[in-house]
Amino acid sequence: MGLSWMAWTWPTAAFFLFIAAAIAAMGVWEYCVPGGAPRRGVLGLDTTRGDRLFITLLGSAFILLGWLGLMGTPLWGGLAVALAWGVFVFWKV
Amino acid sequence: MTKTVNQKAWLFVLPVLILVAFNAFIPLMTVVNYSVQETFGDNTFFWAGLMWFEDVLHSPRFHDALLRQLTFTFTILAIEIPLGVAIALTMPRRGVWVPVCLVTMALPLLIPWNVVGAIWNIFALPDIGLLGQVLNGLGFDYNFTRQPGAAWFTLIAMDVWHWTSLVVLLAYAGLVSIPDAFYQAAKIDGASGWAIFRYIQLPKMKRVLTIAVLLRFMDSFNIYTEPFVLTGGGPGNSTTLLSIDLVKVALGQFDLGPAAAMSLIYFLIVLLLSWVFYTLMMRNEDS
Repeated sequence: MGLSWMAWTWPTAAFFLFIAAAIAAMGVWEYCVPGGAPRRGVLGLDTTRGDRLFITLLGSAFILLGWLGLMGTPLWGGLAVALAWGVFVFWKV
Repeated sequence: MTKTVNQKAWLFVLPVLILVAFNAFIPLMTVVNYSVQETFGDNTFFWAGLMWFEDVLHSPRFHDALLRQLTFTFTILAIEIPLGVAIALTMPRRGVWVPVCLVTMALPLLIPWNVVGAIWNIFALPDIGLLGQVLNGLGFDYNFTRQPGAAWFTLIAMDVWHWTSLVVLLAYAGLVSIPDAFYQAAKIDGASGWAIFRYIQLPKMKRVLTIAVLLRFMDSFNIYTEPFVLTGGGPGNSTTLLSIDLVKVALGQFDLGPAAAMSLIYFLIVLLLSWVFYTLMMRNEDS
């Protein structure tokens, strides 16, 4: 059975590879530098590294959707905001 | 902190991962692929980029359906959660009436969703339905097939009838797990009924109520069958919730690209609100 029914494209494949790589990188990070126990950040939430990845990805999705809805394409500005959001979450949340 | 070195647990998790891959990840990946393409059938796709997402985000039809969906979900949560807890508090904890109450409460949950819609459709019809006849007999001008307000009332009444039982059963499970010693201590302290509820019963029900709120939120946000059978989204579009609109776009119009983009936005909203609910309700759980 082929995968033509899934209608793969290079951008969507790259998107899923990025997600898989991010999760794998979290595993490698935890293996090399253990420290995944929850900590309390500026939002008052107890989060592990995995929680922070989830918050980063979910927040980034809404930042990009918001940028698309308000500013339209291209999404470079939204991507910059999403990256800043990710740094903030891993650093402070 | 000591870390475990036993990796056998991965083998036990593997079947679940495979199952989830086939019923969640692979369909989700396909929807993502569809959302950036256009198709005219015959398994032929054309790159469309982010066009469908822009269309959906600027679509008044989507905004209206989302607003209706949020209104519906928060209305039924505001009714079902307090009502479920109130009913659970009045149920007996011991004796022969316990199984009677539990089975009675479980009955609405056993009825298939399309049958619930059909029951309430007939029940509420203004000419032959008992509810319609009674309300019109009492002087109300009630016709859910023509009046948006009446359609909403019927829709919410149907959902409350169908799903409050779930909240009752979960809250009841939380209540019966409270040891008698807590009540005895409260009695010695001369605590009022409200104090017992506020400081003993409610905190002990927190976890099951979190599950109840999450289940009811996700179920009601994804509801399709019951409102489709009851009103078909009408009169007009007044009860066209997100899922009904999505099915119209995907299967009625066969616009797979816009439907996929709409699905993903819908999915992200469910994910965000579920996370917010869970985080707020479990906040300070350990402190």
